[in-house]
This record gives sequence, C-alpha cells and structure tokens, in this order.
Amino acid sequence: MALIELNDINKTYNNGQPLHVLKGINLQIERGEFVSIMGASGSGKSTLLNILGILDNYDTGTYHLDGKLIKDLNEKQAADYRNRMIGFIFQNFNLIGFKTAVENVELPLYYQGVPRKKRHELAMEYLDKMGLSPWAHHFPSEMSGGQKQRVAIARALITRPQIILADEPTGALDSKTSVEVMQLLKQLNKEDGITIIVVTHEGGVANETNKIIHIKDGIIGKIEENTRHEAWQGSAMK
Amino acid sequence: MRELFHEIGSSLRQNKLRTALTGFAVSWGIFLLITLLGAGNGLMNSFMGNMNQYVSQSITVEGWRTSKPYAGYKENRRIHLDTKDLSYTQGKDWEGRIRGVITATTGTSLTLTLGSRTVDGWMEGKMPQHLEQEKLQMAAGRYINQGDMDGCRKVMVLSLAQAKELNPDEPEAIIGAWVSAGKIAFRVIGIYHTDEQSWRRSCPIPYTTYKAIYDPSDKIESITFTVEGPRTLEEHQAFEKEYGDAIRRRHSIAPDDQRGIWIDNGYTQNLQMSNASRILQIAMWILGLLTLVSGIVGVSNIMLITVKERTHEFGIRKAIGAKPADVLKLIIAESVSITALFGYVGMLLGMVACEILDKTVGQKGVNIGFEEIKMLVNPSVGVDVAIEATVLLVLAGTLAGIIPAWKAARVKPIEALRAE
Ligand SMILES: Nc1ncnc2c1ncn2[C@@H]1O[C@H](COP(=O)(O)OP(=O)(O)O)[C@@H](O)[C@H]1O
Ligand SMILES: [Mg+2]
Repeated sequence: MALIELNDINKTYNNGQPLHVLKGINLQIERGEFVSIMGASGSGKSTLLNILGILDNYDTGTYHLDGKLIKDLNEKQAADYRNRMIGFIFQNFNLIGFKTAVENVELPLYYQGVPRKKRHELAMEYLDKMGLSPWAHHFPSEMSGGQKQRVAIARALITRPQIILADEPTGALDSKTSVEVMQLLKQLNKEDGITIIVVTHEGGVANETNKIIHIKDGIIGKIEENTRHEAWQGSAMK
Repeated sequence: MRELFHEIGSSLRQNKLRTALTGFAVSWGIFLLITLLGAGNGLMNSFMGNMNQYVSQSITVEGWRTSKPYAGYKENRRIHLDTKDLSYTQGKDWEGRIRGVITATTGTSLTLTLGSRTVDGWMEGKMPQHLEQEKLQMAAGRYINQGDMDGCRKVMVLSLAQAKELNPDEPEAIIGAWVSAGKIAFRVIGIYHTDEQSWRRSCPIPYTTYKAIYDPSDKIESITFTVEGPRTLEEHQAFEKEYGDAIRRRHSIAPDDQRGIWIDNGYTQNLQMSNASRILQIAMWILGLLTLVSGIVGVSNIMLITVKERTHEFGIRKAIGAKPADVLKLIIAESVSITALFGYVGMLLGMVACEILDKTVGQKGVNIGFEEIKMLVNPSVGVDVAIEATVLLVLAGTLAGIIPAWKAARVKPIEALRAE
C-alpha cells in the first residue's frame, strides 16, 4: 500500500451556502516521492492538504496514511499523528511570535515529552543545518522571510516526520529566497528520503518537484512525471 | 512542571500590560479580603475580650420592683431576696442542677481614710468565690477566704486605684495597714487589678462581717450559682424561666412580670454572643468571598480575551502536536499562576495593612462610660486563614481559567489556524 491513499474523497463547506470543494479525489503517493499539487486559486488545494495533514476532516471516501484509516479520529489521536508523522510548512510561516527561533523549533519535541536539554541540543542542530545558528535566540520579528521559513522547516523536521506538507511555502518570499527554499526541500527529499508534498499555484515551483498533480475545481486532472527540471531562476516562473 | 512554567513565563512576559491588569485585579481583591477579615477578627477579638471581662458562666438573681399588681399587692413593690431564698436555692428542689451557690450583700457607700488621705469606697459583703465569679485579678495580697468568713474578720480588699489614692508612692505597701471606714477600721489584705483607665470603687469585705456590722436582717442582695444540665440556648432559657417562676411564686410576683426579679444569665449571654460573633464572621467571609468572586470573574474575562487573541497560536501548537489536554493545561496553569502570584502579593499587602491597623486604630481606646476599651484587638489573620486563602486562590485561578481553557482546547486546529 502506498504511504498516502485517497479514495473518492469529498468535502463540502457548509458555512451558509454549501460549497462542494473536493469532488471525489483519488490519489496515491508513495514513500519518498517529491510531488506538487498545482491548481488555480480556489481549486481546493489547501483543503486537500489540510485533510492530508489531519488538520481538517472529510465527508465521504477513505484516507489511509501508512496503512491506517484516518477517519473520525479524536483530537488526541490526530494530534499524535500530526506530531509523529507529519511536518508542516505554511505560507505565513506560523512561528510563535514571543518565542525565539530555537524555542519554536523545540516545541514539537516539548509535546513529545522530550527533556529540555535534549530538545535544545536537537533544535540547535537543526537550526545549524539551516545555517541559522547565529539566529537561534532571535525572535521571528527580527528575521527575514527566508530565515523565518527556514526556522519553520527546522521545526517541521525536528520530529523526523515521514511526510512534509508545504502549503505555498514560497508564497510570501521573494524569487531568490523561493529558489533557496525549494532547493532545500529538494535536498531533504533526496538525501533523507522524506516524502514531500508541496501545494502551489506557481508553475515554477511545481517544476522543481518530481511529479506534478493538477487539480481543477475539486477534481484531479492530469498527473505529470517531471524528470527534466528545466532550469529555474525564480524570475522565470512569472 | 518546569516546562510548563517556562511556557507560562514567556507568555506572561509577552503580554505585560494584560498581565499587569489581571494581576492588579487579583491583588486588589485579595488585599480587600485579607484586610476585611483582619479588621473583622480584630473587631471580634475586642468584642469577645471586652465581654469576657464581665460575663461569667453563672446566673445571678437580684430583687427589683414589680410592675404589675398581683395577689393583693400593688405594683411597684420592692422585692428583697432573703436567706430563705438562699436555702431554697441550695435545697433539695434544685439538687443536682444548681451548684456553688453564693450570695452577696447590698453595699454601703463610705469614705476610706488612711492618715491624711481619703478615697471613696463602696463596701460590699462578698464570699471567697466572688474572686473567680467576678473575674478579679489580684495585684497584690489575697482575696477574702473562708477563715475571714468564719471569723467575721474585719478585713478588706481594695482596688488598685484606691490603693494608689491612699498610698501613692507604694500602693502595695498598704497591705496590712488599717484603713478606717466610718467608725470601724479594716485591715487591708489584698489589692485587685484595675487597668489604667478604669476606676472601681468596690471594696469587698467578708459577707459575714458585713451582715454582722451593717445589715443584721435576713435580706440579701443577690444569689449567684452555676447550673448543670442545660447545654443549648433554648435549654438555658427554659431553666431560667423555671427557676425564675419558682422565685416569683415565693414572692407573690405575677408570673409574667419581668421586673419583679432580675436574672443575669451568663450562659445565655455567652451563647448569644458567640452566635453574634459567628454571624459577624460569616458576614465577613461572605463579603470577602464576593470580592474574590469579582476577582475570579475579572481574571476569567481577561483570560477569555487572551484566549481569543491567541487562537492562532493555539492552532500552531495543535498543528505541531499539542493535544487538547495540553492546551487546557497551559491556560489553567497560566490562570492559576497569575492568581496565585498576584494573590500572594495582595495577601502580603493585606497583612501589612492589618499591622498598620493594629499600630494605629488598634492602639486607640474608646470610652464606654466606666472604662476605656480598644476598638480592635490584634487585627490579623492567622496562618490558617493565609493557607486557606492560598488554597482558595489556586481554586479561584482554576475556576477562572476553566471556561477560557475549555474554549481554547475545543476549537478545531484548522479553524484556529485560520483565525488572525
Ligand atoms: N472554511 C471555509 N469555509 C467555507 N469555504 C471555504 C473554507 N475554506 C475554503 N473555502 C472555499 O473553498 C474553496 C477552496 O479553497 P482552498 O482549498 O483554500 O483553495 P486553494 O488553496 O486552492 O486556493 C474556495 O472557494 C474557498 O473560498
Ligand atoms: Mg490555498
């Protein structure tokens, strides 16, 4: 069985006017893949990613993660899955403002009950990997967008998750930094074998991944294998 | 635990203004609570202390004047207790129920003279038991004893104030001296305490001596005794009525005439007093708790606002693995920390305020006619109250945190992440 298996997933938002956003999604993602989900704004990409990340639930269909059916989990179980299996990277970084970089990176381990000292050592190690050691004790407000996103990546990696889910990870970054972040993700996939799913509406970003899944109006369109990786210099995506 | 404190510490530091506001609300509430309880305790200590000086566990009966015509007698008849009433009270009718019966004479106003000095005195015939019954403290010498009684000795006890008047340089040296009262001289055997302000004229001599010299009739001033059996206020009141009815019958006083005899019941007074003080105490606690409740509501409100402001942060925490219980714990711990920390500050300030009260108002006396009393005696809260208050604070903090915490824990991670 694939690491991620979606079968006929449907999701309707019911705030006022019912809005059928996902209309029968079928999808399989294997361990170690580096894929992007690409589509226009409002096509349901984030909705899909949130379901994959067990941040949101779906109405009908089945979702198996690592062979386990993810359905009607209680919040405690869901939190545990998120903590151990999944690392999140968000467009707006989602760092906690009153915590320093290293404290932010430590936080997932805090919820695993890892002792303080060990936690701190590991967090420093991951920050170092991101080239951010000198910034460890700075607050997010003192860092650039690229630095913040690298802190967020360190935080996503520190629990050694099997999957990284990134929702428009370059959406708030300039072109140069965007390239750097994508290079980083590519490297993580290649060297550590982490399964990475990136949601984007930018062709240039999608082109960095090995497989591009097109989504349109809540339905999966064509799935492209992408081995050529045309040279991308950020500005080319426009 | 340490982790949690670290978490709380950083979030409290982050929101300094909010922390300060909440803290102030809590400190103020606890400050009021402690000051109120302290002042209340002081008031009560003073109340009980002052009363205890006069109320003893005994009943004293005296004759008075009737207010109703009865059995052929007109109203306004003077009633005198006599030695027959005394033996009746000591007799078999009340055996096992009345004990320690003593009696005192009516008094005589006299001028006491020692050398060239004089002082007013109110001479009364008393028994040895009156020392304890009237709660007298001896400053020097001794009180009347059985030997004085049996020998009809011409001895006298003075108040400290009188002793000072008669022998200003060394009041105690007056013991053994012969003081003349009218035509007769008495040897001073003891001096009883009067505190600085109060002036007592009573100078007791043995009951038997008084009877022999001043009043050979069988009339007596009062009968005093202790009671066995009754416990509750109702039982004591029933006993008082039963005994009073018997004495009224003996003197042909109308059963419903409250003025024929006068009964001073120390038991019912004590019970009523402790009831009153209990009510005062309860009132203090209610007032205090109300201020505390308003503190809780305040903290709860501020925590609610905080939780709303921090929804996005909780979303992040949940996304990276915080369980609902973790969020719940965080908020409640934060609420308890704020309440306990600032509550403690308020409590310390309240204790300081009590100290200040003690040093100022507590030292001032108020004149109530025959002596001066202190308004507040030792206005403070004990360690027990401080501990209770601490427990209460933690409880209050938990209570204040519960609703906001529950709200924060319940919100779905995706909704929390969407919040800004
Ligand atoms: N919580 C929500 N309630 C109602 N409608 C929503 C909600 N979240 C998203 N939508 C709607 O669902 C559609 C898909 O949204 P989304 O998955 O965020 O798209 P994308 O990420 O591809 O831009 C949009 O029309 C959006 O307005
Ligand atoms: Mg989106």
